[in-house]
Amino acid sequence: MTKVRISDDALARAGGADKLAAAFEAKGCEVQRTSSWGMQWLEPLVEIDGKGFGPATLTDVDAILDGTSDKAIGLIEEHPFIAGQTRFTFARAGKTRPLSLEDYEATGGWAGLKRARQIGSEAIVEEVKESGLRGRGGAGFPTGIKWDTVRKAEADQKYIVCNADEGDSGTFADRMVMEGDPFQLIEGMAIAGEAVGATRGYVYLRSEYPDAIRKMNAAIELCADIIAPFVCEVRVGAGAYVCGEETSLLNSLEGKRGEVRAKPPLPALEGFLGKPTVVNNVLSLAAVPHILTEGGAAAYKDVGFGRSRGTMPIQLAGNIKHGGLYEIGFGVTLGDLVNTIGGGTASGRPVKAVQVGGPLGAYIHPDQFDIVFDYETFTEADALIGHAGVTVFDDTADMLGMARFAMEFCAAESCGKCTPCRIGAVRGVEILDRIKAGGRKRDRLELMPQMHNTQKDQGRDAGDEIGLLTDLCETMKFGSLCALGGFTPYPVMSALKHWPEDFTRNPELVEKAMSEPAE
Amino acid sequence: MSDKSEILGEIIARHHHREGPLLPILNDVQAELGCVDAESEALIAKGLNLSRADVHGVVSFYHDYKTEADARPVVQVCRAEACKARGVEAIIDNATRAAGERVKIETVYCLGLCSAGPAARTGDDLHIRLDAEGITKLVEDA
Repeated sequence: MTKVRISDDALARAGGADKLAAAFEAKGCEVQRTSSWGMQWLEPLVEIDGKGFGPATLTDVDAILDGTSDKAIGLIEEHPFIAGQTRFTFARAGKTRPLSLEDYEATGGWAGLKRARQIGSEAIVEEVKESGLRGRGGAGFPTGIKWDTVRKAEADQKYIVCNADEGDSGTFADRMVMEGDPFQLIEGMAIAGEAVGATRGYVYLRSEYPDAIRKMNAAIELCADIIAPFVCEVRVGAGAYVCGEETSLLNSLEGKRGEVRAKPPLPALEGFLGKPTVVNNVLSLAAVPHILTEGGAAAYKDVGFGRSRGTMPIQLAGNIKHGGLYEIGFGVTLGDLVNTIGGGTASGRPVKAVQVGGPLGAYIHPDQFDIVFDYETFTEADALIGHAGVTVFDDTADMLGMARFAMEFCAAESCGKCTPCRIGAVRGVEILDRIKAGGRKRDRLELMPQMHNTQKDQGRDAGDEIGLLTDLCETMKFGSLCALGGFTPYPVMSALKHWPEDFTRNPELVEKAMSEPAE
Repeated sequence: MSDKSEILGEIIARHHHREGPLLPILNDVQAELGCVDAESEALIAKGLNLSRADVHGVVSFYHDYKTEADARPVVQVCRAEACKARGVEAIIDNATRAAGERVKIETVYCLGLCSAGPAARTGDDLHIRLDAEGITKLVEDA
């Protein structure tokens, strides 16, 4: 009987993988539903004896079975998109059935947890420190140091919280871990629990990921005995982007409004319900089981660039020909990712801009494509890696529109706690609308003689408005409590800086306004 | 006792033992009743020994909770950056036109299908690679 493997990842299913699987079953094949290889432009991808066919539709079934399909891509493992990767976190991607304990164990599952239990908490933290693992959620804080803080804190109860509120557009690696390899994440959490002395873990999962919620719940039930005494529970969010910020997430988990907390106290000391809490991103925790295997920390550390060690699961998204998940060591250049690996735009038009790091990440111009993936290099270039989502835009993109959207998004998702974000974002939308209109003349009311406090001049031209925007962005950047208000200026200012022609007919106004910000 | 207070009582009992039970309760109420209205807020507040203001503050914070039930089918269309890059703005008018008053079109920011947008969600079903024709059909079939 022909063995057919088709992913049951949400993206493959959205592309019709379920019907496809049923069609192969109707032809008498044995169908295995596996995780996704991450070659998303080929989903639904059909695998028979290691060979791939995609994107497959129902009409391709017969041709695939008799070997005449023009959708054949050859051996999947030898495909350049797969062969070029260094997969640690996604080592099982495409190869195992997500909810099969048998598959998980056969591919080295639970080895990290077993070893962690033998070597004890201090040694676990040491190994994580040695691996150089830094928080994959965006901030890049060394995971080992965070764990050590929680380990040394004294409390009757400690918590491990997994931040699975992956709200950034252009990112889907967390979703793929939870849907494709849920046991790995749970193992990572159990190891974290072992390291810091916590027996309870929560996965805060966004409501927009129904498949991931279902699989995580099922996986936790299946492996409850293995991770015991550690107990794990999924908590579903309610559609608030800001809950991806760790303190806001903790409030939400406690059943409060997802408002950001001022730090200190750090969550490591006073987190969930005021107890010491490790809050880590899905990718950070999913990297841990590999690191804790014999020699894993050294292997992880050997890959990377500068102070950014290990691999980063990079997500190629937006208008890109070969979109999907590409896990590789730090140090790869953005140009390589977009043009060589990603194959340029899907529309075939020239690349205009690339946004790295989700809605709060800077827009990067193709002139800067030699920039390498590394936390420090990106910071120097006024950009951020964030969760390593790479969203490509072709030359039809309107950068003023994208800058306006960044402000609009911030206004819609602001938690409302701090003024620069809550009000600044609304003002930002208004200013951008006025820039588009070429400035704003004084209205009749303002010009009335009895309005003593209004200026009676000609009003503001686009240049003045750009000055105001620059000033507003400064205020938001340095005055906001968390990254939502603090980083929204990145996409706005980078769009303004690199594509001034999209904002005004006199691009020199932009240069002038940016060099001398408004008083 | 009305049906509603029975349903709510059951949901509250289901989650009462949890640490931070409010969100799980609200999620279930929204799913089972289609909204979290003032009456539900009052009952939940009573059940958890919170003030109504506390509960209302939480309900009004999150996008997923609605104050009134809407019987119309919902199509959630992603309009975040990656789907914009793949042309969702050019087809959104097709969706609203096909929807008319019968279907509710909601905007969501990111369904995590960012390399294969424009993407949409109906119930727990996801849809990718939508074009003008595809989104029209999706809305018409909703």
